[in-house]
Amino acid sequence: MNSSFSSAATKGLECITIDSERTLYPYVTGTSVIGVKYKDGVVIAADMGGSYGSTLRYKSVERVKSIGKHSLLGASGEISDFQEILRYLDELILYDNMWDDGNSLGPKEVLNYLNRLMYNRRNKFNPLWNALVLGGVKNGQKYLGTVNMIGVHYEDNHVATGFGNHLARPILRDEWREDMSFDEAVKLVEKCMRNLIYRDRSAINKIQIAKITEEGATIGQPYALKSNWGFSAFKNPTQGAVGSW
Amino acid sequence: MFRNQYDTDVTTWSPAGRLFQVEYAMEAVKQGSAAIGLRSKTHVVLASVNKANSELSSHQKKIFKIDNHIGVAIAGLTADGRVLSRYLRNECINYSYVYDSPLPVGRLVVQLADKAQICTQRSWKRPYGVGLLVAGMDETGAHLYYNCPSGNYFEYQAFAIGSRSQAAKTYLERKFETYNDCSSDELIKDALFAIKETLQGEKLTSSICTVAVLGVDEPFHIIDQQIIQQLIESLEIKEEDAGEADTTAMDASPEAAPMDI
Repeated sequence: MNSSFSSAATKGLECITIDSERTLYPYVTGTSVIGVKYKDGVVIAADMGGSYGSTLRYKSVERVKSIGKHSLLGASGEISDFQEILRYLDELILYDNMWDDGNSLGPKEVLNYLNRLMYNRRNKFNPLWNALVLGGVKNGQKYLGTVNMIGVHYEDNHVATGFGNHLARPILRDEWREDMSFDEAVKLVEKCMRNLIYRDRSAINKIQIAKITEEGATIGQPYALKSNWGFSAFKNPTQGAVGSW
Repeated sequence: MFRNQYDTDVTTWSPAGRLFQVEYAMEAVKQGSAAIGLRSKTHVVLASVNKANSELSSHQKKIFKIDNHIGVAIAGLTADGRVLSRYLRNECINYSYVYDSPLPVGRLVVQLADKAQICTQRSWKRPYGVGLLVAGMDETGAHLYYNCPSGNYFEYQAFAIGSRSQAAKTYLERKFETYNDCSSDELIKDALFAIKETLQGEKLTSSICTVAVLGVDEPFHIIDQQIIQQLIESLEIKEEDAGEADTTAMDASPEAAPMDI
């Protein structure tokens, strides 16, 4: 009885693994994205690494893109799935523009669309393996939110994906202010990114910072953050660490 | 029975380049009791004349809420109007499910017009026998559209459809230039005057008309019958002269083919 049950279960499992055309695990992934509101708009930052498993395989993956006139999208997770999402959004924005009637999709509409998309794919057991950050400004209204591969979504004044939730958001909670200037926002975001470079092994020291205001989106050129690995604790990590092994 | 040999199905042209079945459907709109619409920069008002089919029955509903930001008034086959209203409601709900925001009115009107057009180009279908005044708000402001069975649609400042609507149109043509800056109360007042024009001396009471309004920060709603009655009385439009019988002749305007209207 027991064996027949388990063999049937195994057969079912085989079916899924053999015939599946689903993403069962991600291949090339990007790590954290962080987004922050500031006085005139929203800033989104991400590094440019693409990890093949735990190998840092690609070094200039653009993980922040502008969507239509009013939105910026940053993605962590499976890069190819992000590219598919961009294709969906390109089509969406194209059809929206083709109406040419003075109406346009704002960041709220785009994030809600993404939320429906992600949750729908998860319900088909075929998720798009990403966590997304969407920021934007429309009609003077700032907007920043996130949605992930299982459809969890929320808005906040600052958001982060993956490790950023643990390493960046505590800093943001302490230091974020509504009336920050762009330079202050960049400073704060750089502090978060530096922290991620130090402590997230998938993060690389080549980042892009993008901003969006009422005037539109600009995605900055990649650059490296200054980091210092000469601390004595880094040089001899086991010294003073008393362990059973 | 038939006017000519080219009117037995919708897809057959007459040598003069007309589609008679489509034109007949346009006539159905004129048979229905009148509906009017007018708009300012911030508000749109719809009004309709309610005619009961018999002494013993109540009248049919002619104004429908589609969503908080869209409403329609219909003239013609009420059954067709309800089918189209359901379609419009569906489109609005689906849009707000996907985007969490209201469907732009102009886009809905185009979709509706495309749906009506299909019926003029399929041999196994018939055109809808209903005209719709679509009132709505979106990020580009307040709008009033007229959708007709031919698949055409037009945007208006003020318009009237249905039986004896020419009288209301004449009234609106005289006054529409002032509407842009009107308050909703002023629009409602003029809606009642325009409705009265279509009644041809019949007494205007709240029981034979429905008025609805929508605008900035004002979701679409049908105005309470008692309030309308008070308005009618306060405007002193209940009686006055029962003359003015010059309106019937203008109903059939000969200069334009029905499809163009």
